[in-house]
Amino acid sequence: MDNPIFIIGGGISGITAAVELAEAGRQVVLIEKEDYLGGNVSNFNNYFPKLCPPSCGLEINFRRIRSNPRISFYTGSEIQSICGSDGDYRVTINVKPRLINNNCTSCGKCAEACPVERPGIPGGKSVEKAAWIKNGLAFPMKYTIDPDVCKREECGKCLTVCDYDAIQLDAQQAGVELQAHKIIVATGWNLYDPAKIENYRYREEADVVTNLEFEKMLAACTRENQKLSRPSDGRLPLRVAFIQCAGSRDMNHLPYCSAVCCSASVKHALTLEAGYPEIESEIFYIDLRLSGRNEKLLKVTEGKERITLTKGKVGRILPSGKENGVLLEVEDIDNGTKRQELFDLAVLAMGLTPAPVAAGLKENEYGFYVAGQLSGIIPTATCKRPMDVSSSVKDATASAIKAMQG
Amino acid sequence: MTGAATKHMALAVCTGCDIGRCIDTDQLIDATGQAFQGITCIKHGSLCSPDGQAGLRRTVMEKKVDRLAVAACSPRVMTSAFEVDGLLVERVNLREQLAWVMEPGHEDTRMCAEDQVAMALSKLDAIRTNDPYIPDPVSSDILVVGGGITGLTSALEGARAGYRVHLVERSDRLGGYAGRIHKLLPENLDSASLKEPDLYKLVSEVTGHPGVEIHLETGIRSISGEPGNFEVVIENSQVSTLHIGAVVAATGWKPYAPDKLAALGYGSGRVKTLEEFEQYVQEEQLPNRIMFILCAGSRDEDHLAYCSTFCCGAALKQALYVREKNPGAEVYIVYRDIRTPGFQEGFYKMVQADDAIFMTRGVVEKVDDQGDSVAVTVSQSLLDDLVTIHADMVVLATGMVPNTTTDLQLQYRLGKGLPELEYNFSDSHFICFPYETRRTGIYAAGTVRAPMDMEMSREDGAGAMMKAIQSIECVKRGEAVHPRSGDTTWTELYMERCTDCKRCTEECPFGSYDETEKGTPLPNPARCRRCGICVGSCPERVIGFADFNINSVSAMIKAVSMPDEFEEKPRILVFVCENDAYPALDAAGMNRLKFNPFIRIIPVRCLGSINKVWVSDALSHGYDGILQIGCKPGDNYQCHFIQGSELNEKRGENLQETLETMMLEPERIRTRFVEITDHHGIMAIINEYMEEIDLIGPNPFKSM
Repeated sequence: MDNPIFIIGGGISGITAAVELAEAGRQVVLIEKEDYLGGNVSNFNNYFPKLCPPSCGLEINFRRIRSNPRISFYTGSEIQSICGSDGDYRVTINVKPRLINNNCTSCGKCAEACPVERPGIPGGKSVEKAAWIKNGLAFPMKYTIDPDVCKREECGKCLTVCDYDAIQLDAQQAGVELQAHKIIVATGWNLYDPAKIENYRYREEADVVTNLEFEKMLAACTRENQKLSRPSDGRLPLRVAFIQCAGSRDMNHLPYCSAVCCSASVKHALTLEAGYPEIESEIFYIDLRLSGRNEKLLKVTEGKERITLTKGKVGRILPSGKENGVLLEVEDIDNGTKRQELFDLAVLAMGLTPAPVAAGLKENEYGFYVAGQLSGIIPTATCKRPMDVSSSVKDATASAIKAMQG
Repeated sequence: MTGAATKHMALAVCTGCDIGRCIDTDQLIDATGQAFQGITCIKHGSLCSPDGQAGLRRTVMEKKVDRLAVAACSPRVMTSAFEVDGLLVERVNLREQLAWVMEPGHEDTRMCAEDQVAMALSKLDAIRTNDPYIPDPVSSDILVVGGGITGLTSALEGARAGYRVHLVERSDRLGGYAGRIHKLLPENLDSASLKEPDLYKLVSEVTGHPGVEIHLETGIRSISGEPGNFEVVIENSQVSTLHIGAVVAATGWKPYAPDKLAALGYGSGRVKTLEEFEQYVQEEQLPNRIMFILCAGSRDEDHLAYCSTFCCGAALKQALYVREKNPGAEVYIVYRDIRTPGFQEGFYKMVQADDAIFMTRGVVEKVDDQGDSVAVTVSQSLLDDLVTIHADMVVLATGMVPNTTTDLQLQYRLGKGLPELEYNFSDSHFICFPYETRRTGIYAAGTVRAPMDMEMSREDGAGAMMKAIQSIECVKRGEAVHPRSGDTTWTELYMERCTDCKRCTEECPFGSYDETEKGTPLPNPARCRRCGICVGSCPERVIGFADFNINSVSAMIKAVSMPDEFEEKPRILVFVCENDAYPALDAAGMNRLKFNPFIRIIPVRCLGSINKVWVSDALSHGYDGILQIGCKPGDNYQCHFIQGSELNEKRGENLQETLETMMLEPERIRTRFVEITDHHGIMAIINEYMEEIDLIGPNPFKSM
């Protein structure tokens, strides 16, 4: 009997590889560094091109995980080391202090009693406690305590209200050693740091946000049933600018194209158009890269008066000199002019970089992991190259069959 | 209810998570014990705890329980805590959908709890287990149709995973379009020169692998049967039969018909398509001035509305061919957008840096073969208002059109190939589940599924083979595949009452039903996704699953006590689809939104599985309204069974006529759609519906 197939990363790609392998009859172990499965996409508001919620597909996959005895998973865990060789690996993982254990029934009393706050996500609940749960569709459906802000035994209020012996304030980090037949690396992506593009004044301007932050703001609005509000003064932004290729296709930052940002911004503009009759959007692009059937999203924007597509690079964001407002300097390619435009909110369409993982994988010139270099360790999806959700799922499925070979 | 059945039934009530604070669980147990005489009831402060689970299992063993209702949290949590081998378990959601959302101590809350428990026990009485359905004989061999880059990759991956693969190719050679290209992009950008094509390596690995049997110049005469047990008749110089477990359809693409591009000059010998130029470059001398027109007949409502993904990269590569073969040549490229995503961007920069390649955004107004050259007039360019360029040759970057899959010759009542969706691609239309075609065990891969380039095609072929293998392994265990993975129930038909109306056959999204010679529906259980749309479609109520059938749901409906119309306690039956609507209700519960206590919830596999007899059962039992909530239909459908929601809505329209003849208001039956994240929306749907029912008053049949 082979050792299980080990999957690093519990986002959409890791989850897909896990369920596809387990249903094909293989034992699978999945580790995820966050406290919940779902990864980056579980924080999204919707997908392109269907403008549908990520939780829809995630829920089916969570159901498949729940009902399959061949899948075990560790949250709050990261790889420490990998030894051995193809077909016979020994993987050591670090499980961060688990202050709430599996007895948790998600009753929520700990969060009610908890006196400590942690920073919430922009646009979301303004107050989140050290004891918290991701949302109403979280998986696993357990609360968790942030070990970095919790006051532990000094406070202990949660202990007094938990009826289920679920809280261990003295929990320590743990190391676990597991054997693996093959390893699939599905660690996904982070955004390129917007602060590195000094011209965009990301640190100075409250109303300059990244595409991922904007995604989370919209998701919070759906979840909390509230209106979009801009970070500086909480008001509805009436004019929103999307700045494409922010730090991408740029020899000074990311020379490559991240493939998804054009579609994502068009998706955002359409989402705003449908939900907010007051909001106007303008997308500043170099090339509109909506490939394949995503092209139809562009068709949908035609005739929408409140969406403008402008071929032009935003060179700089200038101090507006007003209390609020983001001043863009645009090289308008069609009109051959340089102009300045004031917006209420600017969304930087930042590119994707691979999340680092200690798996001994070779990197290409862009820092992404190269497939086929190590026979038993298989990188998949966005840690290999930027791609959209459908392609990630496809690639994760392809990585599953590779894990079944040899 | 009493007797032999109840003797082996048990109810376990958890008083944890505020359930015990919200309702009097002793009273609940008393009431249940009276309604179900002989049943064993237990109660625990935390059923999911080790102590609670141990106590539960002890009771089950001692009392020889074979049917257990667990009144506690949602079935979506603590799943393995309450799974006991050989035991039929029904979860009653008294937490997310009662204790957290209804008024504690209130009479209406108590009545709701008693009803939901009674519903669960009535269901348990009406259901049973079944032996799994496993086709006999079962094959683990896989058929790959199409010997291009996708099919080759698919076959090799499958063989390497230890499966026997039959690769069928219509022509006399392997490789398809990918086998006829001139050069490849360089590995990395340090190397300026293009690479020699290397498909021959893949071809030799496939032909050399003992696990792959190749059939060239072979067509498919027919595919019949079901996953695990397909009979495939192939024909080359002779006819033979293969026994196959699953199929990968990699039948590829063809270029967009260039004769439709006369407006771009096609028809002149100087104007070529991408494919034609790819061959021309290998055979002929190249002229000195060549213009490439990108998006020729693509992103165009009059031709191909979509983007073919590969053409920008291919055209730029061909521009480099020209520079390599004829260093003195000039190349012009007119584009709308340059689509070189990902790492192809570096290659685009390389082309931009080439002094002899001129690129401009623009719209081609006219292409005019003037005998000694072709005049191309371009507007909206970055150069000038209107500019005319004279070229010796023009290459139109034409798009790709998917081949059909009807060559699979499926002997399915619903058609010979995979259903073609948007733009005729044989795809799933699911972002999260790109391979889930509407034919179980048959997976589309490569350009027949979606526009893609060679690298993407290879990955796609590997992924589709994984799905093919998985479907075989699932069928060998008698289990359904996505989305009801692991389900071992299957469609059972009581043919005595069947009138051959064939609604099941036509409405099944997956083509599970064929027909016998007499025209009677013939189920193929291994094709089935267990959605239950056929259960809902059958006017004679002939179809059911061991744990979800006409009787089991009717029993639940009738288990609810019906207050008379003077008590002003309406009863609304709410059917919720288990995929999106039920989780949305749970999320509403997690967020402590207020639920109306008059609703009685029945989860169903799909809105399409709702049979109209349940609606009439409910009306005659006295329910004031029947609300059905499920996943969104339409072009961007989210319904996991493709058309269940839509069918339910259509059937509802027919039901309106019945309602009218019964002199009942149309509001009594409603279908509404919700997204999984819309827990506020689903509560609004229910509350608005309650208001509608309030206005029209109680069901006039209530006290009859």
